[in-house]
Amino acid sequence: MKFPRHLLSIGDLNQESALAVLDTAKELARISDGQIKKLPTLRGRTVVNLFFEDSTRTRISFETAAKRLSADVINFAAKGSSVSKGESLKDTALTLQAMGADAVVIRHHASGAPQRLADAGWIAGPVINAGDGTHEHPTQALLDAFTIRQHLKRDNANLDGLKIAIIGDILHSRVARSNIFLLSMLGASVTVIAPPTLLPVGIESWPCSVSFRLEDSIEEFDAIMTLRIQRERMEEAFFPSEREYSRYYGLNGDRLAQLKDGAIVLHPGPMNRGVEIDAKSADSVRSVIVDQVTNGVFIRMAVLYLLLSGTSINLSEEAKA
Amino acid sequence: MTRTVLTGEEISRAIRRISHEILERNKGADSLLLLGIPTRGVLLAQRIHAEISAIEGKAVGLGSLDITLHRDDLRMRAPRPLHRTEIPAGGIEGKDVVLVDDVFFSGRTIRAALDALGELGRPATVQLAVLVDRGHRELPIRADFVGKNLPTSRNEQVRVQLEPLEGEDSVVLEA
Repeated sequence: MKFPRHLLSIGDLNQESALAVLDTAKELARISDGQIKKLPTLRGRTVVNLFFEDSTRTRISFETAAKRLSADVINFAAKGSSVSKGESLKDTALTLQAMGADAVVIRHHASGAPQRLADAGWIAGPVINAGDGTHEHPTQALLDAFTIRQHLKRDNANLDGLKIAIIGDILHSRVARSNIFLLSMLGASVTVIAPPTLLPVGIESWPCSVSFRLEDSIEEFDAIMTLRIQRERMEEAFFPSEREYSRYYGLNGDRLAQLKDGAIVLHPGPMNRGVEIDAKSADSVRSVIVDQVTNGVFIRMAVLYLLLSGTSINLSEEAKA
Repeated sequence: MTRTVLTGEEISRAIRRISHEILERNKGADSLLLLGIPTRGVLLAQRIHAEISAIEGKAVGLGSLDITLHRDDLRMRAPRPLHRTEIPAGGIEGKDVVLVDDVFFSGRTIRAALDALGELGRPATVQLAVLVDRGHRELPIRADFVGKNLPTSRNEQVRVQLEPLEGEDSVVLEA
């Protein structure tokens, strides 16, 4: 099986390798569901969580995944570290390399920081993007695809024929970006629904269709993914008020009732209850938000396993070249 | 150069004999649990299971055990896809587990399988049934039930072909 060296964006994957992640995660979920909670696969390897931006669930998810595979985990948060004293990404990376990091999971507020880390040669092992600026968040998209497949395709094959809506702040959302590319690659047809101010320039060249109104087509979708309104990335007014946004784009009981039978609701979390999704929708039977969190661990185990196996051939091949 | 070392008929006969030997050794099938190692070990375990169930007149335990995540050569090879691990509801605790694989070579697969079993519980005994033992062990592990002992050189390849996958049953030696 061929798998890329790093996982920086969905563009590193093709349909085959993306499905390999989902299938690997499926088997890992089955094993963990039974009696085996811890596997020896990555014993003696060190995974560094390098987080320049606040995150609880993604960091804990990666940490749990690495530990279930018996890897050692070092958590490096920028706050309270040498980074707050002005250390550069390069020096941080060189330090981690000198300490023997076998893989680096990076979250950074600047788009492209993981790419820089992977390309610059500061670190020998694989780099995994855990969210960079407004660019990509590939493991989130993989766990979303996994959750959709689990519920709508009985864990098999790709997402052919499914209609999926992504609602909300597409402009600032790395989750939306990764999902649009991954879900369409896996055969789903993706529609983004947002106010024009929250759509990026050039959206028409992305593999998705665009709508400004939620109620026009809500009954067509097999899965609805609603995104968090990211107040921390909004320096100006993108919509008149949260109440107005909620009225036009928020998920609520009435809209939920219009969904077709079996349709599911996803949210990458953390939720702003009452803004993009109300409590009734978040806690309804259609909501698979808790499954997303559970599946996140299996997806990250799969990614770590696939990236860290065979690393010594990669390195020796490079040495030969 | 390829040479057929076992025909379909010989494979069936070997499976039948192994099934009888397993029953004889374990004095019946009450606590037996057959665990095939993917992919071909699972197919062989199913056939042994069918034989034993026919002889005993009742079904015995059957499952599969993927050892990929327990291998010691993961760093040296390209990533491998995972296969299904399926342990029957009763688990392996106190069972007489018979691991089933197609080709017995270095012994490393079986070492990994023993590790995987260790995570699942404590069987009463663990035994090993293989279709072909080609020698060249790298670990102190032996098989309890062998379809055919096949002396080979290290650069030869033993290919087991089974009907559901390759359309016919045979074991081929490739130089």
